Amino acid sequence: MQFEQTAENNKVTITLRGDYIACNNAPSPAHFIADLKEKNINKVVFSAKELGAWDSSLVVFLFYLAKLGNAADIDINLKTLPKNLERLINLALKVDRKPQSKHLSRLPFLESLGEHTLVIIEASLKSIRFVKGILKSFVRFCKSKAIMRKVDFLFALEDCTYKAVGIVSLVSFMVGLILAFVGAIQLKAFGAQIYVASLVAIGMLRIMGAIMMGIIMAGRTGASYAATIGTMQVNEEIDALKTMGIPISDFLVIPRITSLIIAMPFLTILADIMGILGGAAVGITILGISPQEYWQYTRDALAFNDFFVGLFYSIVYGFIIAACGCYYGINCGRDADSVGIATTRAVVSAIVWMIVATGILTVIFEVLGI
Amino acid sequence: MTKDEHEQSGKSIKIKATDISVAYGDFVLLENASFEVKERDIFIIMGGSGCGKSSLLRCLTGLMPPATGSIEISGVDFTAADPLSRNKIMQKCGILYQGGALFSSMTLAENIALPLEQYSHYSKKMIAELVSLKLALVGLAGFEDFYPSEISGGMKKRAGLARALALDPDILYCDEPSAGLDPISSKLLDDLIMELNQSLGTTFVIVTHELASIFTIGTNSIFLDAETKRIMGKGNPQDLLKNPPNDAVFNFLTRGKDENA
Repeated sequence: MQFEQTAENNKVTITLRGDYIACNNAPSPAHFIADLKEKNINKVVFSAKELGAWDSSLVVFLFYLAKLGNAADIDINLKTLPKNLERLINLALKVDRKPQSKHLSRLPFLESLGEHTLVIIEASLKSIRFVKGILKSFVRFCKSKAIMRKVDFLFALEDCTYKAVGIVSLVSFMVGLILAFVGAIQLKAFGAQIYVASLVAIGMLRIMGAIMMGIIMAGRTGASYAATIGTMQVNEEIDALKTMGIPISDFLVIPRITSLIIAMPFLTILADIMGILGGAAVGITILGISPQEYWQYTRDALAFNDFFVGLFYSIVYGFIIAACGCYYGINCGRDADSVGIATTRAVVSAIVWMIVATGILTVIFEVLGI
Repeated sequence: MTKDEHEQSGKSIKIKATDISVAYGDFVLLENASFEVKERDIFIIMGGSGCGKSSLLRCLTGLMPPATGSIEISGVDFTAADPLSRNKIMQKCGILYQGGALFSSMTLAENIALPLEQYSHYSKKMIAELVSLKLALVGLAGFEDFYPSEISGGMKKRAGLARALALDPDILYCDEPSAGLDPISSKLLDDLIMELNQSLGTTFVIVTHELASIFTIGTNSIFLDAETKRIMGKGNPQDLLKNPPNDAVFNFLTRGKDENA
């Protein structure tokens, strides 16, 4: 690429010669225009007879030259350029629509605090309205008046029952195994390794089985609910339901919540069994406890109230996971990013609410002596 | 592109499809389709819904392999090419998707800069200037810092076109560019396509069933028929309207108007 300029009578001629492909070192149009201004030159013409191949890098240079030249009252004559190049630059110079400026000014501290508080209050009211809507739908569901399809309920039930068995079994077995290992380190010091069986049985039955189940299902099923419903929001399917007068809490939320509430206790029982088996694997193979002895101590440690407390936790967790998944899915934005954000929020808030619920329920059970 | 190339009247073949069949498993959409797209053509792929227009475009852009047949792009066998060569060919092709397909987490400037950062050796300053130029070319000067969610559907399509133009493609594929646009935005987009075709010399392959666009911008076309699963008409859309080769083409181009009416 060659770029030459010759000046005469307040006019500069720029000669473009050779190829102008992927050119990274073009002269700066801003400096060039400033230089012309300094020399009182008010007209620029081009000689492009020897111009070879060119691409956008030449167009960029000429476009900025024309734009800055126009702003500085310098006549940039594009007519001597090849016709297609001239048309392209004229096309770029034509402004169809000016954007509105984006106001990104920061609010003062107090105003910002007030705004955040209003956002939190609005979000809380929205959540309360959502839960109220679910309860109303649940009443309609009990009266067989909810507008929902049986197949959606069965599909949701299938998704959170036997399809989850594999991962639930594996994770619970490993948790039982870890619990036994951690317990054995301390208990062995007192020669009480046999109590590993009791530790694993009580731990899994009362809380660990349900908690692990909650975390697995929040990541697996809660995230899937948020992503599915969020994508429906992006595709305007939720708008379609609303305009048809179908309550979305009936149609989308109730099948998912009921299926997860039904599935969670069964999955928790499975988790309890697999956890005890995981503990037994450590007890029998590493600690040298006989299978009969391990089973005896496990059976002695098992109590019905522990079992039912675990099941109650799992039902509460089922509600929390499904409600969070559906809530964030329904309140998802309209683009791909929003679906990701909704999914993340569904999982994180489900886990946080599960921990909060565990704390509250533990205190209640303690007071009630269960 | 060179000045000589722009001035030459004889056109070289940019895309050559030979006996292409498009199928999803056992379900065949299109059989034995052969056609050629010449340099600087605005080539229209038209036909009724479900005739395989978009699937044919997916084959041409390498998103799905044709069931049979071959596609040559600029003389290179695209269907038989290894992934690396295919990627090189595709760097010379731009694609405008139906909804613009802009990345929602990026501003318009970042969307357009992405292929430039990936495949060019320009400096950051030059990339920023190129981005502004491309946006200015599609009438969106000043919208660099806007996110796709902040602009209208028509503007999204134009921004998608700016991104497709980022690497100065030889061929630009457009999937239903006028779909969902009001008549004025649709006409503006058609004008823009014609202007870019004439000034940049880009070859356009456009999938559409918008008759107004077909007659305004199309220089060559093929008509796909869902029933026979074959190409039922080839040529300039205006010529096809004047001399329809069969009823299917006539009905399509006249919106089902009775020949004797």
